[in-house]
Amino acid sequence: MRFFRKLTRRAALAMAGVAALTLAHAGTALAGDAKEPIKIGSFLAVTGPASFLGDPELKTLQLYIGKINKEGGVLGRPLKLVHYDAQHLAKKAVTFTRRLIEQDKVDLIIGGSTTGTTMAVVKLVERAQIPFISLAGASVIIDPVKKWVFKTPHTDRLAVRKIFSDMKKRGLSKLGLLSGSGGFDKSCAGNARKLAKDYGITIVADETHGKGDTDMTPQLTRIKNTPGVQAFLYCGFGAPTSIVARNFKQLGMKIPHYQSHGSASMKFIKGAQGGAEGVRLPVAALLVAEQLPDDNPQKKVALAYKRAYESAYNDSVSTFGGHAYDALMIAVNAIRRAGTTDKAKVRDAIEQTKNYIGADGIYNMSPTDHLGLDEKSFVMVEVRNGTWKLLK
Amino acid sequence: MLAEFLQFLFSGLTVGAVYGLIGLGFAVIYNASNVINFAQGEFVMIGGMATVFLMKAGLPMPPAVALAIAGAALVGWLLARFGIETAKGAGVVGLIIITIGASILLRGLAQVIWDRNFHPLPSISGDAPIHVLGATLLPQSLWIGAALIVIMAGLRHFFAHTRTGKAMRAAAIDPLAAQLMGVDVRRVVRLSFVLSAALGALAGVLVAPITMTYANVGVMLGLKGFAAAIVGGLGNPLGAIAGGLVVGIAEAMTAGYLSSAWKDVVAFVIILFVLLFMPNGLFGRAEAERA
Repeated sequence: MRFFRKLTRRAALAMAGVAALTLAHAGTALAGDAKEPIKIGSFLAVTGPASFLGDPELKTLQLYIGKINKEGGVLGRPLKLVHYDAQHLAKKAVTFTRRLIEQDKVDLIIGGSTTGTTMAVVKLVERAQIPFISLAGASVIIDPVKKWVFKTPHTDRLAVRKIFSDMKKRGLSKLGLLSGSGGFDKSCAGNARKLAKDYGITIVADETHGKGDTDMTPQLTRIKNTPGVQAFLYCGFGAPTSIVARNFKQLGMKIPHYQSHGSASMKFIKGAQGGAEGVRLPVAALLVAEQLPDDNPQKKVALAYKRAYESAYNDSVSTFGGHAYDALMIAVNAIRRAGTTDKAKVRDAIEQTKNYIGADGIYNMSPTDHLGLDEKSFVMVEVRNGTWKLLK
Repeated sequence: MLAEFLQFLFSGLTVGAVYGLIGLGFAVIYNASNVINFAQGEFVMIGGMATVFLMKAGLPMPPAVALAIAGAALVGWLLARFGIETAKGAGVVGLIIITIGASILLRGLAQVIWDRNFHPLPSISGDAPIHVLGATLLPQSLWIGAALIVIMAGLRHFFAHTRTGKAMRAAAIDPLAAQLMGVDVRRVVRLSFVLSAALGALAGVLVAPITMTYANVGVMLGLKGFAAAIVGGLGNPLGAIAGGLVVGIAEAMTAGYLSSAWKDVVAFVIILFVLLFMPNGLFGRAEAERA
């Protein structure tokens, strides 16, 4: 009985769907092509554990789509955001992406706050041949290059490169590495191991800690007592970043202390309660927009975004919203250059993005690089007096 | 060499004391109802998070802590009244599953009511480390150790020498017989949830300067606290502490002398061995079960 009830419910849903679709088509036919909105589909982690990513991303999309529409839209057509909350769940991401493509018939997709949700839909967008700009971090998204897939956030590889360049400049070559057990931690530490040789750096100590660990002094003591160690790098995310900084100070360690862009949040400084002083890390220019020199082309863009976001939402800006800003702008610019929403032409136009100055850096995409950022897009900061100090 | 060993030992003692303090909360509810309360970690989280946000609202620390503990106690009462009592016939396993559900609910609520970020709490007596023969120890660790001893002594006295404490143990051993002797079993169970929620919240305030506090902090802390309680023998306050210290020191020594990758493995192997060869824990008394 239950089976049949389910079946009838499904049939009813399907019929309703068909009816809606027919109606929608009738509507577009009546309205004509001139005013038909350009549909931007998105699925983000607005609730759930990754909501600290999806929340500012969605707010940014809504804010700027509103602004663009007020200024007359794109190609004389308004933008329309079709959004679903996929949380951090790959399964939901797949369902919603399918819905965006088949039912909502969007022109382009921005989304995937996390690497997991992004990778889950790659096959789908490739098959549907629809331009897709991801807001997730890992380098696997664009390496190897996938025809229809782009992304805007920096990769951990760029962060490690930036840190290693800074170490090289200071003449430090013997590194003690500590990392957590999360996906971000592992990827960051893996890149550090891989890239060390290119910078003449040897990893003399390589320690890890578990999920939810509350004291890292044993690992740090080992690193401290490793002969010849000249610098320390922690690859991690969230509460452990602060705990490591506190333990580092507790042990009276004096070697230069680096952390990754996973620590680029005021929470890290506050949580460390003084332990973060002197820690160096690569961050997006957005975080230190005010301190950028005036001749830095990113300064104007970053400041404008920061002010717009902060005044609209009464909330401090985060780098995650910046990723969404860049994705939307790259998409809009591409549609303008293509002069159409034809998917193949828009895709080509995104790939030809050159010298786009965004909140995250200056993008130069190519058929072999679907991110288009280099390590210059990061700036090195040091924590001084409880805030970020831009290093020259 | 000595400095290194001492540092590992201090780390183990600090972490072990945190586990022990959380493990104590398991003992109270187990003693009253044979239920293992998997929402114990969430009581710890409520204590820390509520204090953080009450202080943000402008309250000084002592009243904020008091209110947070009272709030957690209220949540404990609600859990006993509407979770445990409504499912009275569910049996111990059913009740344990209810506590797991409650823990997920509380975690979700905390994310909605408060936020998803992590927060520190100020230490009671500053962050200047104490130097002992080349090793360092944070003063907060001593506070946790002191709280641990006081609460343990209090609980031992409570269960062994007070009428209410004895009534609780009786209610766990045989609810029907206890009821026939005039023990209000429902009241006893509610009291046990209130008490252990308050203890958990206090633990949350004490450990937050070291562990930070956030909506999901209770997951791992609760699990490790449970491990401590199991190793020491469920229901025995002294055992929870000993268990916490055994697990904590084993973790620290493994991370220090072997490899940090093996740390959790060794800790869980110890738990496994204790359960295999001393199924009632280090300090548990063997129970004779009659069919």
